[in-house]
Amino acid sequence: MGLIDNEGLQWSNLSRKQGSNPNAMKGSRVIYLDNAATSWPKPRETWRAMENFMRHIGANPGRSGHRLSIEAARIVLEARMAVAELLGIEDPLRVVFSRNATEALNLAINGILRPGDHVIISSMEHNSVMRPLRALEKRGVEIKVLACSPEGELNPQEVEQAIRGNTRLIVMNHASNVVGTLIPLAKVGETACRNGVIFCVDAAQTAGAYPIDVEDMKIDLLAFTGHKSLYGPQGTGGLYIREGLEGVLEPLMRGGTGSRSEFQEQPDFLPDRYESGTPNTVGLAGLSAGVRFVLSQRIVQIRANEEAKTQLLIGGLESISGVVLYGSRDARKQIAVVSFNIAGLTPSEVVMELEEEFQILCRPGLHCAPAAHQTIGSFPQGTVRLSPGYLTTEEEIHVILEAVGKIAARVTEGGVAHV
Amino acid sequence: MSGEKFPGGQKASYRVVLFYSTSGTLVAEKILKRERIEYKLIPVPRHLSSDCGICLRFLREDEGRVMEAIGGKVEIQDIHSL
Repeated sequence: MGLIDNEGLQWSNLSRKQGSNPNAMKGSRVIYLDNAATSWPKPRETWRAMENFMRHIGANPGRSGHRLSIEAARIVLEARMAVAELLGIEDPLRVVFSRNATEALNLAINGILRPGDHVIISSMEHNSVMRPLRALEKRGVEIKVLACSPEGELNPQEVEQAIRGNTRLIVMNHASNVVGTLIPLAKVGETACRNGVIFCVDAAQTAGAYPIDVEDMKIDLLAFTGHKSLYGPQGTGGLYIREGLEGVLEPLMRGGTGSRSEFQEQPDFLPDRYESGTPNTVGLAGLSAGVRFVLSQRIVQIRANEEAKTQLLIGGLESISGVVLYGSRDARKQIAVVSFNIAGLTPSEVVMELEEEFQILCRPGLHCAPAAHQTIGSFPQGTVRLSPGYLTTEEEIHVILEAVGKIAARVTEGGVAHV
Repeated sequence: MSGEKFPGGQKASYRVVLFYSTSGTLVAEKILKRERIEYKLIPVPRHLSSDCGICLRFLREDEGRVMEAIGGKVEIQDIHSL
């Protein structure tokens, strides 16, 4: 399709080595439907920018005054500016980088909450929110989990009702990583703002896939990952921090920043307050290029493209006998993440058949979000999750639907499910 | 450093502006570039207190333009003559 380099998609070498399935050798390509775990393939701009850094720049940003160090620092700044432009952030220095969304969420949650504080979350949260909070609960933080509907939908009025005198923070994922359902972010943001509660958004699944504006949506803290819909490499992510919050947000780590070197205390200005140690500059070079790719494609166009493919997938799955579909069943209400099961088969059996017989790669199980599966009624077995990306083709969606149809038909016919 | 000469032969007179972080310095650099104000990124002279390793040097006569361009956009730590 011109945007990507398809060399990486050649499946033949790997399947020959495995030698497990003669059918696998016929297909020369895999269909990658695990973009909610990490997007792949990446635009070629991403890895070319990384190669350029490794080959020609390579220095430590902000640690020395020489030209390569300055060039490295420019790359990091460009990455901040690209992220800021995409998310409606006025000051790019308020974007601090981290290894991933999990680290950013840990910074936000552990940095804000103190014993005696009350925090509101939804029942669709990922373990990157649940686990830091459950650890804080043992130290006296109170957690209110708002139950979402079985479709994963949140009633924003319940947020207002849950706010108490000691409510310090609201943490919500923008869209579920299990069923893709979007939460009404602007409504929750407005409620948080009116009540003086800090609003933290987990945008791991939506940054780059759905329009976000931190001002319009009244977001105070926004955690993002670089390697999903921002098309950067793994090991990149970050947190947007609203002006003024640095006074109450404790750093997760402290250390060398290349600034204020004569002092043994951590600097209080951004981004240095939250960025200690040598950063992942090669990763940020890739992230910067990935975000520029998103900006060049335009987010509304990316969203429209993914919404159409999601609707195609939902409609197709709904018409297959034996398929149990989860979530809103309405592409307008969700991102490109679709969960289903086939009656009579476990998610891992379905995923194994999809891979071995049809070269379709996706993820079974609980997707690090047990509470979300409890909400939608698929705990503890989980679901099969299909997550197309912007680079997935419509033709590939038809191949997937055909494959799921064949697997489901074998079960209803009473045949042996195993290939 | 202040010994460079203008084409006319008189000595150039410089000012340097220091920022809290390299990121801040590079944001300011982008602004000066956009405004077409002549500048040079230089290592912070050792006799000045340094929060980050580099600073922006510009011609004294451009000080008004520099301040107007970056004022309110990037926090300035200090300004010195060279």
